[in-house]
Amino acid sequence: MHQYSLVLLVLLGLAAASAQSEQTPTAEQGRQLWIKEVLGAKGDSRACTTCHGTDLTQAGEHQRTHKLIEPMAKSVTPSRYEDPKKVAKWFRRNCKWTWGRECTAEEKRAILSYLKSQ
Amino acid sequence: MKKPLFTLVLAGLPLLAGSAMAEESFSQWLFTLDRMKEFRPVDNETYAEECGACHFAYPPGLLLAMSWQKLLDPVALEDHFGENAELGEDTLAEIQAYVIENSAENSYYKRARKITRSVQSIEPPLRITQVPYIKRKHHELTAAMVRDNPEVGSLSNCNACHTQAEQAVFDDDSVQVPNFQHWDE
Ligand code: HEC
Ligand code: HEC
Ligand code: HEC
Repeated sequence: MHQYSLVLLVLLGLAAASAQSEQTPTAEQGRQLWIKEVLGAKGDSRACTTCHGTDLTQAGEHQRTHKLIEPMAKSVTPSRYEDPKKVAKWFRRNCKWTWGRECTAEEKRAILSYLKSQ
Repeated sequence: MKKPLFTLVLAGLPLLAGSAMAEESFSQWLFTLDRMKEFRPVDNETYAEECGACHFAYPPGLLLAMSWQKLLDPVALEDHFGENAELGEDTLAEIQAYVIENSAENSYYKRARKITRSVQSIEPPLRITQVPYIKRKHHELTAAMVRDNPEVGSLSNCNACHTQAEQAVFDDDSVQVPNFQHWDE
């Protein structure tokens, strides 16, 4: 019995390590998308950081309503990205508002991996 | 109708004070009566989550049902004051029912009734900040206190100044305009 758990642990460790090393380039891609600035409808400059800020461990502020938005870093706000419906809803809204279009599946995957790695 | 009820309550006071349990319900009754001066606090989780994500979750008693209906139209929500606030069908139906059940004219709370009275002769506004009663209550505030105040930014940001807005309390004791010691000076 013990042998089996040991093997399982080693396997899990290996899986985690490989996930980590795979994640880095994707996460970097996500970071680039996160700070990418786009010209908004009113000639204003828009990015994900407009409301969420550049430091993911700090609270953001909704640009128009000034409401505080909890930090996006998973390490600071553990409840983040747990509800796929919530994630999908905000990607739809925020990509449309910020970039004027929906994000592609690949963009979403990269951004999520960046946000989760923080 | 009101007087006999009041006398009855008065006569019942010593009786109520007699038992601890009754006393508790009496203070609760007083408490409720006191709270009825304000608005009914938001008590629907879906509403608090969905309509409190970008701004303070406004208590439904702040607007008439007709205003809420216009705001919560599925197409209108796609362009909600320049923002996308679309909702799924089921979520929207729950929020609509909750908000209309507790809208100003369907509420017995004192301030909600004042809101209803103040919009009686006009087209019900979509903004709470356009309701005459709310406008009147804030007409003394300067741009420096609201728009140009980095911690406020807009009058729509109720809870920036009303420290008990989450409990739907807006009385003068709980107001604190950030960066201004005495707002009425
Ligand atoms: C206009 C302000 C604003 C902008 C710009 C913005 N967001 Fe958001 N975002 C919010 C608000 C408000 C929430 C919901 C409140 C919360 O989750 O704390 C949110 C939530 C999210 C969530 C859900 C988090 C969770 O807990 O599941 C994701 C993902 C997200 N935003 C991604 C983005 C991305 C990607 C961009 C850029 C394309 C972006 N946001 C730009 C305001 C904004
Ligand atoms: C994606 C962000 C977002 C979501 C979600 C959202 N709102 Fe708003 N709402 C705004 C913005 C932005 C304003 C305009 C604020 C301003 O002009 O200062 C606003 C304004 C309002 C106002 C007018 C406030 C005033 O100025 O008097 C009401 C009422 C309102 N929202 C109700 C709701 C309700 C009900 C919901 C839930 C169905 C909701 N909002 C969801 C962004 C949002
Ligand atoms: C810039 C700060 C500020 C903001 C933002 C603000 N208020 Fe006020 N509010 C005040 C002040 C100051 C008073 C005056 C208190 C008094 O009359 O003693 C007041 C008064 C009121 C009153 C009357 C209180 C009374 O005792 O009669 C109500 C109701 C009210 N506000 C509701 C709101 C609502 C709803 C919002 C958001 C839509 C809001 N306020 C936004 C500062 C603010």
